[in-house]
Formats: sequence, structure tokens, C-alpha cells
Amino acid sequence: MKEINELVRKDFLLELRQRYAINGILLYVVSTIFVVQLCIGRVIDENTWIALFWIILLFAAFNAVSKSFVQESASRRLYYYMLAPAVSVVLSKMIYNSILMLILGLLSLIVFIVFMGFPEFNLALFLPAFTLGCIGISGALTMVSAIASRSGNNAALMAILGFPVVVPLLLLLVNASRLSLKVMVPVSDIVKSISGLFLIDVVVIVLAVILFPYLWRD
Amino acid sequence: MIKGLWWKLTGLGLILYSIVAGQMIEVPELPVIHETIRNLFYHVCMWFAMFTMFGTSLVYSIKYLTGNKPKNDIMASESVYNGIFFGILGLITGMIWAKFTWGDFWTNDPQLNGAAVSMMAYLAYAVLRSSIDEKAMRARVSAVYNIFAFMLLVIFLGVLPRLADSSLHPGKGGNSSTMQGLDLTMRLVFYPAVIGWIIVAFWVLQIRARKRRLLQNVN
Repeated sequence: MKEINELVRKDFLLELRQRYAINGILLYVVSTIFVVQLCIGRVIDENTWIALFWIILLFAAFNAVSKSFVQESASRRLYYYMLAPAVSVVLSKMIYNSILMLILGLLSLIVFIVFMGFPEFNLALFLPAFTLGCIGISGALTMVSAIASRSGNNAALMAILGFPVVVPLLLLLVNASRLSLKVMVPVSDIVKSISGLFLIDVVVIVLAVILFPYLWRD
Repeated sequence: MIKGLWWKLTGLGLILYSIVAGQMIEVPELPVIHETIRNLFYHVCMWFAMFTMFGTSLVYSIKYLTGNKPKNDIMASESVYNGIFFGILGLITGMIWAKFTWGDFWTNDPQLNGAAVSMMAYLAYAVLRSSIDEKAMRARVSAVYNIFAFMLLVIFLGVLPRLADSSLHPGKGGNSSTMQGLDLTMRLVFYPAVIGWIIVAFWVLQIRARKRRLLQNVN
């Protein structure tokens, strides 16, 4: 537990010193949304809003998470290996990436609302789905980046491996967002889509905890 | 691996029987599908064979991670390649069928999209393997990814199409008329066909694994 805390703190300190992820990715999100606004104007159509929002957030996540294991050099990896068990390393990375992803997601949501307006979402469904989606995407991509960091050409592999892994989450997220557009959403539907997302999150985290030790040792 | 000729001949016999009988038997008359229901004997078997191959590779990947034996890595990767082959056959037979039944080779449907994305996941496995040079590392990393890919396969072909409200695909979400219409004569052809194709898939796997081992010994 203590190692996880320390490792998460270390990642945040690094981030605060370099300001690489937050600033770079925010700039990316803002410029993408601006380009969209230049091309099609303020999007009123809700389906387009949902599709654009998740696509932009997905690519932001790829940018933010892909560096999580790549930035660690071989010698630093050995240092962690002696310092902490593999499970704490992967959990700390996942926690850090989830928090980063939530911050990025909220900021891009605000930028999106400013430029594109906000459809009448049912917040009781949208916010939990959004949170679980951010956690799931960052968890899955953390694992993919751990796999990709073990091979030669990282960036390409990250995209190839990451795409199929995040598609089920993305499908459920888009469905949940569409559902939350309805005026009256039955509670059973809310429970169904939230539990679907929750289930995938749990599966991803459990698999990562079980499998990461095999990736970690040399 | 099982030795002998008998099981290979059984597999070939069952496939031959299903091809001939699949054209001969009377099929129930269903709307839209009509005579193309016979594709069940050819198209669906490909997916069963693919699923078995990917399942086999999952077993061997777990075996590799627990024991680090190179022969398990060979089996795991060869079953994935073999499964990809059957998956592509399944896509092709399905697309030809769709052209005649739906009028198009591809439609935006949960079942079809799931099949496409899980094929992509396994193609990514092949790319991942070729991008790592060191043998032990390649085996371990690809075994880890393989377990992820199988989870995706189960989600895409097992869970999501059933959750979807509507699917054009026969037997799935709100379109289950075909499976109810599957009468006894059709079952008598369908199940032997599935078993036959699975046996032949294992045969191909055996030959591929042998070839890999021979190549390794030569090098």
C-alpha cells in the first residue's frame, strides 16, 4: 500500500515538474475541437456530439497513457523491480493514469461544452458512465502500454494493440451516452449499462494484476 | 497429440458427409433466408473451429506462463495463426451469404463488427510477435496479450451481440427465428459438420506445429 502511494506521488511530481501530459494534451483537445468547430460549426446534433467527444477523448487517452511505461528506462525499471512488487507498480500506474484521465476528461468536457454546447444529458447516467469509462480506458491502455514498451516500435504497436482493447468500452460508453439523452430513462436500463461498464473495468484490472508480473521480470 | 490415422479420416468423412448432405436434405422454408440457410453447415462451422483454435491457444499460453516451455509457445502461436485462417474463411463465407441475402457484403451490425474487431485483435497478436526479437520475451509478452485477446473475443462474440437490441444476423438479438427453425434433419448435418471441422483444424494445427519445430531444429 505504501509503495503504491509513493509511486503515484512520484508520477504526479514528475508530471507537475514537466507539465507535459496535461498541457500538451489539453492543447491537442482544444485545437481539435476548434478545427471541428471551423469545419462544421457548432454541432447541434447530439449523436455527432457524442461521437466526436469520445473520439477526441480516446485519442487524448492514447497520448496521455502511452508514455506511462515508455518513459521508464531499463535501469529505472530494475530500480523499481528491487523496490516494489510488480502488482504495486501496475496498480500505481493505473491509479495515476485514471486520475490523469479523469482530469483530462473533465477539462475536455468543459472545453467541449464551451465550443459545442451541452446536450440535455441525464447526469445520473452520464457521470457514472463517464467516470467508469475513464478508469476502464486508462486501465486497459496502461496494460497495453506495458506490453508495447517491451517491443521495438512502440508508437505503432500501441495503436494496433490498443484499438481492439478499447473498442468494447467505447461501444458501451457511446450506448450509455445515447441512453442518457432520453428524457425518462428507466432505472433498470441505467443499472444495466453501468454494470456492463463496471464489469469490463473489473475484468481489465484483475487481468492486469494477474498478468503484469510476467511482463515485468526480465 | 493423438497418433494415428483414424481421427483424421473421421474428420474428413464428417466434412464430406456434411457437404453432400447439406445440399441434399430438405430445409425448412423461412422468410428472407430461404435456401441460403444451408450456409449454416459451412459458415458457422468456421467460427466454431476458430473459437476452438483460439481456446486451445489460450490454454497453451497459460501453460507457457506457468512453465516457460518453448513448445507451449509454439503451440499457442500456431493455434492463433490457424484460428485466424478459419476466421478469415468464416468472414468470406459470411460475406458471400450476406451478398445474396441482405444484398451487401457488409452491414453495420453488432455481430459483424464484433467479428471484425476480434479478428483485428488477433492480427495485432501476429504483429506483436514479429516486433519482438528476443525469443523468451516474445513468448511471454505474446502469451500475456493472447489472454487479453481471448477476453475480447468472448466479449465481442459472446456478450455484446446478445446485449444488442437488434441484429440482422440470424440467431442473434431479436432475430432468432433461424435457431428455432433448426429442425432435427438440419441438426443431424450441422453437429457432425462442426465436429468434423474442429477435428480437421486440430490436424492442421498438428502439422503446423511440427513444421515449426522442424524449422527450429534446422536453424
